[in-house]
Amino acid sequence: MPGRIEIAFKGQLGCLALDTQFSVPTKGVTAIFGPPECGKSTIARCIAGLEHLPTGFCAIDGEVWQDETTFRRPHLRAIGYVSHEASLFPHLSVKRNLLYGAPKPEPTPISFEQVVECLSLAPLLDHSPSYISSGERQRVAIGRALLSQPRLLVLDEPLALLDRWAKQDMVAAIERLRERLALPMIYISHDMADIDRFADHLVLMERGVVTAAGPLYSLQTDPASPLVVSREAAVSLDAAVGGYDGRYGLLILRVKGARLLVPAPPLAPGFRQRLRIAALDVSVSRDAPRASSVLNVFPARIKACLSLATSEVTLVLALGTGGSGAEILARITRFSFDSLGLKEGMDVFAQLKHVSLVSAEPILPPTHACTPAADSAEASAAA
Amino acid sequence: MDGFSAELCESIRLTIELAILTTTILLIVGTPLAWWLARSKTMLAQVVGTVVMLPLVLPQTALGFCLLMLLGPHGPGGALASFWGARSLAFTFAGIVVGSVLSGLPLVVQQIQNAFIAMGDRPLEVAATLRASPLRAFFTVALPLARPNFITAGLLGFANTIGTFGAVLIIGGNIPGRTKVVSAFLIDYVQASRWREASWLAGGMLVFSLAVILTVTTINTCSRRSSR
Repeated sequence: MPGRIEIAFKGQLGCLALDTQFSVPTKGVTAIFGPPECGKSTIARCIAGLEHLPTGFCAIDGEVWQDETTFRRPHLRAIGYVSHEASLFPHLSVKRNLLYGAPKPEPTPISFEQVVECLSLAPLLDHSPSYISSGERQRVAIGRALLSQPRLLVLDEPLALLDRWAKQDMVAAIERLRERLALPMIYISHDMADIDRFADHLVLMERGVVTAAGPLYSLQTDPASPLVVSREAAVSLDAAVGGYDGRYGLLILRVKGARLLVPAPPLAPGFRQRLRIAALDVSVSRDAPRASSVLNVFPARIKACLSLATSEVTLVLALGTGGSGAEILARITRFSFDSLGLKEGMDVFAQLKHVSLVSAEPILPPTHACTPAADSAEASAAA
Repeated sequence: MDGFSAELCESIRLTIELAILTTTILLIVGTPLAWWLARSKTMLAQVVGTVVMLPLVLPQTALGFCLLMLLGPHGPGGALASFWGARSLAFTFAGIVVGSVLSGLPLVVQQIQNAFIAMGDRPLEVAATLRASPLRAFFTVALPLARPNFITAGLLGFANTIGTFGAVLIIGGNIPGRTKVVSAFLIDYVQASRWREASWLAGGMLVFSLAVILTVTTINTCSRRSSR
């Protein structure tokens, strides 16, 4: 089907029983999330054609790479594949590594100059891969994959072996790529914090099986999704910059149903900014607090209540009067839940103690996030 | 210059010719063989791998005798030779080439095979995801990565040919000017009690062998340092 990445692999590979089926748009970043050894990397290898499961289906934007009758060999698939080890060719310079898979007749849609600039590779070009840092090596590996002009970029835990600083550079680089190249990405990670930053779609995996797939935001707020009851439950919202209060250094951000004030450096109005609101940072009260240090207090409606062990409850809250706005999560104790007499459908006030801005750079108006559920996460101009 | 010296010069020329030809054949035949042995997991590969290693432990004289039977007028070698009107491949230059190739094959194949095993599947998989066909990946990635081992393999093959004695003696028949190699010459000197010449010849071969081993060690050290 055009416009979709369609994946279905089923069968035994080694000691892993794989049963994966999902379909995501060929726009933006699709994250595959799951604990280590759950088969995420195996899917990446199946998509690249490095593993051959006889019962598999793989099609990218209508181009079939594998079905019952066809199996395209890896070198015939327009894929950019980067694993957690950079695997640069040690006998070639950085520049010749970058150009290894580049088709000869220039110009190409993804140009050498663009890649060098996006990934800050200019100072490395003449070096040997043996004498650059692991973070630099990983960036070269991504650049090399991009220059082979792929239709799909698969990043398999590209941050796994990096230190904290290299990780930050890398995340910024991936964000730049997401923003500047119209190239679908599959991003594999076992760390939800990376995924919250730039994923648009999410595939959840456990022991070789896909347990849920869909837009990131709707999986984060769907009561049936395992993310909602996880320890690190949070929602990622794409907000629009609505202004700046210079006196107090507060950025005004609009999401559907709320206008948030966040201490941050100024950004131009209209910019898209991704927010992360953790369930632990949201509390609930029956009445509007009259005097409080919490800046962001909004009317909200309880959409769902989910028990978390015996002591805690996670609430799905829809912001705005009548609950018509964006959904967020709140983690409260069962004691508070019972003593406030909370129940589904009740109108309450949500207090957001902390809102983090997760992208390092302003994101241009996104052209992805195209499903209705994702749209509801976006700020409406009227909000 | 007496007859012995002229014969020795002839023999040195012959030995070097033999070594160069043998090394070339070893690298050409050994590379695909090592590649297949390193990648294939079939029983056949196991069996072939064992047979290739055989000359390493088989007494050289036994190897020579087997070859004599195979290449002689009643063996397949004789049948092959009859195509160009000869009776047999035994006692010919072609015969000693076959003998020294077989005795050098385990050394060369093992070296190259080790390099292919050590690099693993990763570099070739990466090349494949960068649109390189298997053939291109082999020539642009696998061969350059295995380069130090190729040099070592070549040197070992060359040195082994010069050092090999038993198999070549039996299959070649020690015919001066045609199949008599330097190592066989040493015996003649010793039997004629020409100790001075024997010492020079043995000393020369000692220096040559030391130089080969030193070169191989240096290459291994350097390549280990550069591919951290």
